[in-house]
Amino acid sequence: MCLAVPMKIIQINDDNTGIVAADDASYKVSLSLIKDPVVEEFVIVHAGYAIEKLDEEEANTRIDLFRELAEVNSEMVKQ
Amino acid sequence: MMKYIDDYKNPGAARKITENINTLAEKLPAAKRNFSIMEVCGSHTMAIARYGIRELLPENISLISGPGCPVCVTDAGYIDTAVELSRNGITIATFGDMINVPGSDTSLGKCRSEGADIHICYSPLSALELAEKNPDREVVFLAIGFETTIAPLMALLETAKSKNIKNLSIMTAFKLVPPALEALTSDPELKVDSFLCPAHVSAIIGERPYQLFVKKHKIPCVIASFEPLDILYGIEGILEQVVSNKAFVDNRYKRVVKQEGNTTAQHFMDKYLVPYDASWRGIGIIPRSGLKLKNEFDEYNTEKRFNIEVKPGKPNPACRCGDVLKGKIKPSECPLFRRTCNPFHPVGPCMVSSEGSCAAFFKYVK
Ligand code: SF4
Repeated sequence: MCLAVPMKIIQINDDNTGIVAADDASYKVSLSLIKDPVVEEFVIVHAGYAIEKLDEEEANTRIDLFRELAEVNSEMVKQ
Repeated sequence: MMKYIDDYKNPGAARKITENINTLAEKLPAAKRNFSIMEVCGSHTMAIARYGIRELLPENISLISGPGCPVCVTDAGYIDTAVELSRNGITIATFGDMINVPGSDTSLGKCRSEGADIHICYSPLSALELAEKNPDREVVFLAIGFETTIAPLMALLETAKSKNIKNLSIMTAFKLVPPALEALTSDPELKVDSFLCPAHVSAIIGERPYQLFVKKHKIPCVIASFEPLDILYGIEGILEQVVSNKAFVDNRYKRVVKQEGNTTAQHFMDKYLVPYDASWRGIGIIPRSGLKLKNEFDEYNTEKRFNIEVKPGKPNPACRCGDVLKGKIKPSECPLFRRTCNPFHPVGPCMVSSEGSCAAFFKYVK
């Protein structure tokens, strides 16, 4: 039931709802569980509610780590 | 936009982490040579089966699936009550997973084909819309789930209250993850050496509940997301702890899980709900493992509103979901698996839900 894909906030409405997008699809969600949502921020969505913001710095650090691991691996394969 | 998706599936990194896992597995102390890791999140269960993560691990490391599927742990009597309500002309709104779960004698899907007014909702917000559009009908939302689902439902009540909606109620069967960890760890028949803690439940509750647990039981707990790399990285984190003879809460999903969790969500949950000793299908009563509405919110409480009570149901005695949910047996060890029980004809809830262990095994493990 959970979606791992973070979605980007592309619109915030007055009633605490908003539009989020991932790939080409967009969805209306409630933002009432998120403190101070900002357009362009990424959120995790569950059952039509944004449940937490994605910390982009943390996300990028992890991606860098995984990329480094992949490089180490390909060098080992070459040797 | 594919950023944040593809990078968590990078095969080169997966190979490297798997290698690290193998190296760590060889270094495990003799007493922990055969080491078990339990995941308590349906999305982990599904991803582990789907990406064949079990097959990547050395023989002495076993992954056990715990009771992480909310539909699976919901008592058959709950389905029976929902069936009864729908037969009495009440509109039922529910997540799709509940539709085909067998109750004591029938399912909501069958009732729907017989004409009952049952709506499948992706979000509880649809139930609110349904109630707003049909002020002359009573709408009941089947409110099952763990912390991740409980929080949105409490936000929903807040909206219903502010909009003064009077014809919507929720039938709760909310379950909490930390008390389940406690019960599973104390079960003498089970041997759980560590926990891979759920991703989005943790986004709500934060690290603290696990810290209390680890302090008491000295069992490694790693919070991980459910992309394949995140799971492998989580397993690596657990083994690192064991090899260095440590036990702590390692949050490896910091990009979403904050140390304190989602405090707005926690506030809504504290406002509306109180803990109670809940019954888990196949497992039994676990102290303070459920949340129910406070008395002051009786008007939103389906059982109070219609003066009914969910009684224990009579699930098919041949179904071994209870043992599957506790990680005592693998689904393939249930004599009905693939024979009389399959997704087209599910005997127990673990075969129905998209997060159920039996369904995951049926679909992905050959
Ligand atoms: S295979 Fe079917 S009958 Fe057996 S435990 Fe799973 S759901 Fe129950």
